[in-house]
Amino acid sequence: MGNGETTVEKESSTETALDTPWNVVVHNDPVNLMTYVTMVFQRVFGYSKDRAKKHMMEVHQQGRSIVWTGVREPAESYVEQLQAYLLLATLEKAE
Amino acid sequence: MTVEVTHSDEGLRLARLDLFFVELLRQIPVSADPGDSDAARERIYPVATTDPKANEDWRAYVHPELKEMFTSASQLVRDDLETFEELDDTNENWAFEIPAAHYDQWLNVLNQARLALAARFDFEEKEMSRSGPATIETVRDLSLFQVHFYGFLQECLLQYMNG
Repeated sequence: MGNGETTVEKESSTETALDTPWNVVVHNDPVNLMTYVTMVFQRVFGYSKDRAKKHMMEVHQQGRSIVWTGVREPAESYVEQLQAYLLLATLEKAE
Repeated sequence: MTVEVTHSDEGLRLARLDLFFVELLRQIPVSADPGDSDAARERIYPVATTDPKANEDWRAYVHPELKEMFTSASQLVRDDLETFEELDDTNENWAFEIPAAHYDQWLNVLNQARLALAARFDFEEKEMSRSGPATIETVRDLSLFQVHFYGFLQECLLQYMNG
């Protein structure tokens, strides 16, 4: 396990005040290559390589990373996109 | 066993393939199919939440879309795999090119195959992180070798996709 704190990506939106925020979570698996996971985060979220790598390392070292937080509909779309890339992605209500 | 890998604008060319590696490549779409393995199917088609009702909807609406996409990518890889060239009559010098325009689909199907094999044989993290089995004596050894060889191909594709 790494010693860094989990980074939470938050989206500013007027809708978030009216809706429970949802976390898009990516879980570790021993199969997906680190370079592949980094590329997927860049493609799906448009993250910079550094930011994508940071989330990839969280997944690898801490077992999971919250890669995006916001309203449910786009969160579901992100989970579907991540699953289309065969990452182990789930949706959780933000605390 | 040697595989020669070269890259050009047209694609990734694998050469000096013997029949063992030709067969491993032909097995990619076969291995990608979860078949009757519940573990493989659950890994390729995971649910999205801990809520049973939401997961029922996910299976009803999202999984068919994923299946269509995975099947389409798998068919394209199958079609590409019809294009092996036999460079001489030694049976140890076959060549094959993955077209650059198909890299995304190949990455996807290689991933499906690796995930399905890992789930089917319940490979542990330490087996995945080593360089592969020292000898191939069982179906499990062969499957672990496949996972590592397909990972090597993914690394080659990613190297050229990421510049």
